[in-house]
Amino acid sequence: MNGKPLVYLDNGASSQKPQSVIDAIDHYYTSQNSNVHRGVHYLSQIATDAYEVTRRKLRTFINAAHEHEVIITKGTTDSINLVASSFGNTFINEGDEVIISEMEHHSNIVPWQILCESKKAILRVVPINDAGELDMATYRQMLNERVKIVSITYISNSLGTVNPVKEIIELAHQYQIPVLLDAAQAIHHTVIDVQKLNVDFLAFSGHKMYGPTGVGVLYGKEDLLNKMPPYQGGGDMIKDVTFEKTTYSDLPFKFEAGTPNIEGGVTLAFAIDYINSIGLDKIAQYEHELLAYATKQLEAIEGLKIIGKAKEKSGVISFIVDQIHPYDIGVILDKLGIAVRTGHHCTQPLMAKYNIPGTVRASFGLYNTKEEIDILVEGVKRAITMLS
Amino acid sequence: MAKYEYIIQIGKELPLIDPIYKKSEYLIKGCQSQVWLHADLIDGKVVFTADSDAIITKGLVSLMVKVLSNQKPEEIVEADLYFIDEIGLKEHLSPTRANGLVSMVKQMKMYALAMKANV
Repeated sequence: MNGKPLVYLDNGASSQKPQSVIDAIDHYYTSQNSNVHRGVHYLSQIATDAYEVTRRKLRTFINAAHEHEVIITKGTTDSINLVASSFGNTFINEGDEVIISEMEHHSNIVPWQILCESKKAILRVVPINDAGELDMATYRQMLNERVKIVSITYISNSLGTVNPVKEIIELAHQYQIPVLLDAAQAIHHTVIDVQKLNVDFLAFSGHKMYGPTGVGVLYGKEDLLNKMPPYQGGGDMIKDVTFEKTTYSDLPFKFEAGTPNIEGGVTLAFAIDYINSIGLDKIAQYEHELLAYATKQLEAIEGLKIIGKAKEKSGVISFIVDQIHPYDIGVILDKLGIAVRTGHHCTQPLMAKYNIPGTVRASFGLYNTKEEIDILVEGVKRAITMLS
Repeated sequence: MAKYEYIIQIGKELPLIDPIYKKSEYLIKGCQSQVWLHADLIDGKVVFTADSDAIITKGLVSLMVKVLSNQKPEEIVEADLYFIDEIGLKEHLSPTRANGLVSMVKQMKMYALAMKANV
């Protein structure tokens, strides 16, 4: 890029894909392409089987109890909107409360704002400390009988903070409050076992976990999903349709209206296989080393301040430099072939809390190297020289 | 890179806008950097002053002001900013770039349009 080898450090936004996933997309369209769950001919059966293989692999990947608890959606945002709409409209009423946190991505803020406005419910926000950690003491105090759902990010896309999700869930469950975890940044950085966590809903996207775009997952406990009405109506989510009355499919199809992103669904399995072939534990360990190395190198730069210093961090490192706008640094790094992200990272309330216009964010994937971090550090130093 | 060094330089050199105009009604919000823009009609010509919180944006802002300021309103409205492409800075004025620059150029033309009506 710009005449330089690309150093891709924007994995928090999206990841690059392994050859197996790219080949699978090609293979799908040349040999498997047909609509799913509908046809009687052989090709449609191939496509359907391939699609359902992904569902099976997803179940194992997150250790869900049942395949039908894995709803294939358009992505994390779609999944959260599904819960806010379907669970929210049924179970949340005037005066009820929804808890989110100060570090949430807009996709885990706005759907709840829309719900609360429509139902006259109250949105409560758990504050964070300067290090970017959730104020758990305040969280405890916020829990009461009026709270109907807690929706929190597992790993912050701006700060890298890893939240104490087990504790968050246990505390909420003391009041029978279900918890949704936004796992968009977590699914490929750490092993997630939904039964062990006892989480009620989990949302994540395919494209961040080395898979295709336009596909994602909502995991939900069967009891909850069964109580929730359909989100979107249409083909495939129905049993019988008459103009007098329509009955709905069982899980998971109840929440999968219309023709899905079939190619996305089919090829997501290959991303899972790819991750498993290396081992998520190994990946997490390696990325942790990268993060530690990057932190050390960047901290040594004069005038540079790291935003987000939680004791437990993963995946991203956000920083600002004294007197220099993050956008300027981002442009210079781009000219040097280094892709980072600058700005508010879809967490405007968080930036407002730190009173900054945004940060420069380097986010790691399993293919990044220490050499690339060295290039980043040199790039940042050069940018600072140019901009001071 | 020399191009950017130049842009940064002109960005640093020019304090363009009267600080009294650095408030929200003159603010053009972008996703990445902010731009403040003020326009006056003086002797039938539109005079722009502007500023930004990011140096590179400020440099580009100053370029735009150099080109568009002190012109008759209709000239600004009809201005075809081909020079941006020629000097290889088109990416900064593409609508997908979420900086305040795109919005600023739009706003400059809108000011000119409004002032055209008043001339």
